[in-house]
Amino acid sequence: MNFELNDTQRDIKDAAREFFSKELPSAVVRRLSDTDTAFDRDLWRKCAEQGYTGMIFPEQYGGVGLGFVELAAMLEEMGRALLPGPFISTVLFAGSVLDACASDAQKKTFLAPICHGDMRATVAVLEPTASWDRAAIRMAATANSGGVELTGEKWFVMDADIADFLIVAARATSGELVLAIVPSDASGVSKTVTPGMDLTRRQHRVSFDGVRVPADCVLARGAAADAALARAIDITAVGVSAEMVGGMQFVLDHTVSYVKTRSQFGRPIGAYQAVQHRCVDMFALVEGARSATYYAAYALGHDDPQAALAVSVAKAYASDAFRDVGNMAIQAQGGMGFTWENDTHLYYRRAKGSELMCGDATFHRDRIGRALLVR
Amino acid sequence: MDLTLTPQETAFRDELRSWLQRNVPTNWEADRRRDSMQERFAFLRGWQKTVFDAGWAGVAWPTAYGGRGATLMEQAIFTEEMARAGAPQLANTLGLSLIGPTIIQYGTDAQKTRFLQNILSADEIWCQGFSEPNAGSDLANVRTRADRDGDHFVVNGQKVWTSWAWAADWCALVTRSDPASQKHAGLTYLLVDMKTPGVDVRPLKQMTGESEFCEVFFHDVRVPVEHVLGGEGHGWQVALGTLAHERATLGVIFQVQTRRQIDRLVATCRERGIDDAVARQKVAAAYIDNEVVRLTHLRAISRIMQTGKPGPEGSILKIGWSEANQRFQIVAQELLGAHADVDEEFAYSYLRSRGNTIEAGTSEIQRNIVAQHVLGLPKSY
Repeated sequence: MNFELNDTQRDIKDAAREFFSKELPSAVVRRLSDTDTAFDRDLWRKCAEQGYTGMIFPEQYGGVGLGFVELAAMLEEMGRALLPGPFISTVLFAGSVLDACASDAQKKTFLAPICHGDMRATVAVLEPTASWDRAAIRMAATANSGGVELTGEKWFVMDADIADFLIVAARATSGELVLAIVPSDASGVSKTVTPGMDLTRRQHRVSFDGVRVPADCVLARGAAADAALARAIDITAVGVSAEMVGGMQFVLDHTVSYVKTRSQFGRPIGAYQAVQHRCVDMFALVEGARSATYYAAYALGHDDPQAALAVSVAKAYASDAFRDVGNMAIQAQGGMGFTWENDTHLYYRRAKGSELMCGDATFHRDRIGRALLVR
Repeated sequence: MDLTLTPQETAFRDELRSWLQRNVPTNWEADRRRDSMQERFAFLRGWQKTVFDAGWAGVAWPTAYGGRGATLMEQAIFTEEMARAGAPQLANTLGLSLIGPTIIQYGTDAQKTRFLQNILSADEIWCQGFSEPNAGSDLANVRTRADRDGDHFVVNGQKVWTSWAWAADWCALVTRSDPASQKHAGLTYLLVDMKTPGVDVRPLKQMTGESEFCEVFFHDVRVPVEHVLGGEGHGWQVALGTLAHERATLGVIFQVQTRRQIDRLVATCRERGIDDAVARQKVAAAYIDNEVVRLTHLRAISRIMQTGKPGPEGSILKIGWSEANQRFQIVAQELLGAHADVDEEFAYSYLRSRGNTIEAGTSEIQRNIVAQHVLGLPKSY
């Protein structure tokens, strides 16, 4: 047994660190955050050239065929650099739904362009309840000449404005779940941006008014749809956790370096135990989140029967940890930590957005609690 | 990263599992509940002898000294399997986890031959004479004197919080051998026979009601020079070695113990139909805490096996398991209410857990160490 990154995994992580530190200094993050979409086509192209957009997908669709641990190692660095835009929604979420349940023809049409970096996509799950419980999906998918017709609203849809297509989770009259692909510019689709705290990602309310989906754009129904969505949510949750680990690591490093140089009462404030102990607590949260995340990534990739539990441990822990690390970082840096020009708030805002993706800590603790206690 | 057991690890686990199935005394916990601490200790000592005779004590110790020569990972598997089988603990905790490894690291061949096998077999129980009334967190302030007199040291002074001193045959003692010295210099680490004239052990009663630890007084205790460990004047370095073992290895045992109690709490909640939203949140929080400690431990062991030295993640394990156990004990009390108050196991572990963040280096000292040595912050005192 060896719970350390192997040489290949470490090389992937090191290469990602180098790539993002060159391509994505904080000035670029801030410039992209100021744009309408927080998306940069050139940077996306470069990510695709690195193989990041196809990392976990089969080679026959243009992917690289690597595992979730390799993905997590790369995402840690992507999160450390705070890559803005639709990577999580496109690659992890939409890509994983397609990988789990699309037909060969659908994969060629929709998954391959994601791998190649030619298309963006997102998954529309949440409704006004904002619940990640799949049973809460109510939006109607009525039968329509072999396909379905969608009417209703989806909320908190990530990156809908730059997605070329949306994967919509809706419910047929029979009660079974349906996953359907809707081109972003389809007739009857309208999008309203709903700005959240995270400046690096956009979310939207999307209305569907009698949107017709032909049979070949229905991905899955019933148990197959439910299983695919569950799997994609778990993969995305672990991916977001890995990104959060990288983000926390940045905030920790940034804070430790600040308290070594900021001097009060004639000494660096990092020489005082009140400050030191806070830094150690941050460090413990980062290492704990890393342990939980890599384990979940490994378990997901090895069809471990405990994988869902491991995912919930990682997402619950990382969600709380990233926020708490941010809280302590702002406090340790005093007034400077509260300013707009200090990067800490960019990560603090990201922590909030990431916490909510694929279920927050309360949601995942409940999932663990049910697995343990409910007979 | 590969979390499957290697063929060697699988064989080790399977062989151990089948041995435990045949040898773990049944129902021992219930049978022994009314035992005095002395009776219980004698029982645990007998159990360790059984484990030793079958070749399972000192899994990661060199074969030359009666160990199994296995890896740290196999040592961790051993701890987990013992817990899974509901086996009693091994009696000689401090000898096995701390003092034995320190003798392996710093001892002469004669010392290794003399002491190690008897630690494994529990023929000689060990205690650790570090803390003094004025040298707790500030360990380098020890005042217990060791004055050279020919081929002996003559020891005078007092130790306190010495766990298992009442049962111990030997003591690993940190002394000041150079009376003119200050702080870390001039300390010598002695291996002291507790039966030597002048050693006086007085048990201290703890808040749990038991007397696990003691005061130990030394009055003109004569210790032969061949029982110096690591050389005269090098006591601080040797003591740090012991503390590093303490922080790295004891954690697995405690994490596994808490996990057993979490399982018991979960089973009790299921029997009683306790599954409301608050209970789910609290049980899950305890489960997450415990998993994170377990996994961070696995990472730490993997790091040592891969690189030969501990990585930064190992430094937070002591803080991790101790504080996680305290949080869990509160959860158990909350969920079972009055039932937990009158449950001997849960009541005991609730009180006992308060010692976890004090023993083996307080949480505050642990944080100072991590701040300085891992995060590179300036020394605060």
